[in-house]
Amino acid sequence: MNGEPATTGRQFVIEREHFDQLFELLARKGYRVVGPRIRDGAIVYDQVNSAADLPAGWTEEQEGGKYRLKRREDEALFGYAVGPHSWKKFLHPPNVRLWQAMRKEGSLEVQEEKQEVPKTAFIGARSCELHAIAVQDRVFMNGPYLDTSYRLRRDSVFIVAVNCGCAGGTCFCVSMNTGPKATSGFDLVLTEALEEGRHYFVAESGTETGAAVLAELSQRPAEDREIRSAEEVVARTAGQMGRTMDVSDIKGLLYANYEHPRWDNVAARCLTCGNCTSVCPTCFCTTVEDVTDLSGQKAERWQKWDSCFTMDFSYIHGGSVRSTPKARYRQWMTHKLATWIDQFGTSGCVGCGRCITWCPVAIDITEEVRAIRESDFRRTKRDRHGDTGTDSG
Amino acid sequence: MPSAHPMVPLPCSVRRIQRETHDTFSVELSPGHEFPFVAGQFNMLYWFGVGEVAISISGDPTKPGRLTHTIRSVGSVTQGLQKLKPGDVLGVRGPFGKGWPVETAAGGDLMFVAGGVGLAPLRPAIYYVLANRKRYGRVVLLYGARTPADILYKQELERWRARFDLQVHVTVDHGTGGWQGRVGVVTSLISKPDFDPGSTTVMICGPEVMMRFTEAELEKRELPPQNIYISVERNMKCALGLCGHCQFGPTFICKDGPVFPYESLRRFLAIREV
Repeated sequence: MNGEPATTGRQFVIEREHFDQLFELLARKGYRVVGPRIRDGAIVYDQVNSAADLPAGWTEEQEGGKYRLKRREDEALFGYAVGPHSWKKFLHPPNVRLWQAMRKEGSLEVQEEKQEVPKTAFIGARSCELHAIAVQDRVFMNGPYLDTSYRLRRDSVFIVAVNCGCAGGTCFCVSMNTGPKATSGFDLVLTEALEEGRHYFVAESGTETGAAVLAELSQRPAEDREIRSAEEVVARTAGQMGRTMDVSDIKGLLYANYEHPRWDNVAARCLTCGNCTSVCPTCFCTTVEDVTDLSGQKAERWQKWDSCFTMDFSYIHGGSVRSTPKARYRQWMTHKLATWIDQFGTSGCVGCGRCITWCPVAIDITEEVRAIRESDFRRTKRDRHGDTGTDSG
Repeated sequence: MPSAHPMVPLPCSVRRIQRETHDTFSVELSPGHEFPFVAGQFNMLYWFGVGEVAISISGDPTKPGRLTHTIRSVGSVTQGLQKLKPGDVLGVRGPFGKGWPVETAAGGDLMFVAGGVGLAPLRPAIYYVLANRKRYGRVVLLYGARTPADILYKQELERWRARFDLQVHVTVDHGTGGWQGRVGVVTSLISKPDFDPGSTTVMICGPEVMMRFTEAELEKRELPPQNIYISVERNMKCALGLCGHCQFGPTFICKDGPVFPYESLRRFLAIREV
């Protein structure tokens, strides 16, 4: 063990055979450790007890509407892109009880839920996911009202990021400037290297807590050669993006194209199932559900993930504001890529590709943007005016 | 005083129920202490085991000991609320949102344009202006209801009409029974009062289509669009800007509104199903 504490900017090597120490150490420090593991034919995030629980030797094939696990030729622990889960399920859980109310002698007694939040360590968060967490931080912690339960969860997390060693077929983080190299938002970051029979991790800390954890692991300062290998891993991944999206003036583009015919085209394919909103690591919308027990004396309010694809989402007396699938898809995509920027000063899309992979009819947000850009209303209007020579209308 | 946690309702008992029309009623609550609010703000009202709904405060902001809401029973919660009686306890969260620009409007003329139950969110602004009447120039209220039976606050409108410092014009879409007043949409009233377009602030609340037509009519009369304010309604769950339901273009109605300068929403009001 190296006696010196690791600091940001300095890189260390942890050999594969010492990697289990990370899990033991975090457990000893009182963390519930969650990370990738295989379940139901997909790599999902759940409790992991040791490196043996990780999807060693597995990767996935991803395309529009398609996800298949596939064997790798090596035993990489993080040799996949991203699965259907995101860390959102831990930081912004799908079901949260907000309060309980009791009817008492004609009056009402409301008890706020005391949130019990375990210290949690995320193993294997990708750069796009760190950006997604930063996006949700702005949503839940930067407005006039703070989401206190998000804050509690967020404050009790230790994040071990992993730089991507391969891109998925639907990835486009390079376009969104959110990856594949993790640059902030982690306590520790690892790059997994497999070469000439060697299997090791180049590790760097991003916080004091991360540095303290790293110092307690069996590591040694990385050699230049190893640092270069790690850089090559990320550079290779950056060159493998399955998708691209041109985001230049994307806000202006979508604000100007609310009436673009492409919305009808995509609405004819969209099933309004809401899969995209469930798998999206930044989608934050919730509804509340009030439940009463059989005696009618006790009621509870639960906050639950909601989707802008449902009719109920925009219901006000008389009907839904967005009753057509066209309006609902347009709301989702325009929010994600345009209005989000006005609301939170950042795009709501991190280029993880989940909405493409998990869409049952393979609707591809990058394709939809491309189609709108190709016949941008503003340009076609200008062209028309140019043709007729009239400019006054 | 808002509740300790903005997600947790504060129990308030019902002091009085006032039937306003066949489907609309006002609930006066006793919050137990002062409940200061700004005209145009709203509360989330929770009825035990039934659910919660966003309702504008319709009472007098200069009397913060009383908390009044006017409710039209159109949904499952509001229909449930219709059964309320004095002594019942409601949960209240609020007040939320940005209100009417009654302060910035001081010194000039004022026009209130209300459609249907849209008079309710405007009433606190009217109370405020009447309580500070000297600070305003001419004050006009234009009100349109569907039928004479749908006219809200009838006695109050009579009292207001009797004042020399407030012009009140009422119209109905369909004249029924012994109605001897004006028939027609509320925009037809805009020609009635005398006002100085340059110094008039207009506050509109009603169905979106009514607000759009009112704005268009005002623009024809050369009223600067930046003097026009509207109150907008959308589905709401949290009222804190966290649940995403009330989005309208880039805005969250709950925290950026419900009162907006018309100009800030104009482009989105022109598009269907935003």
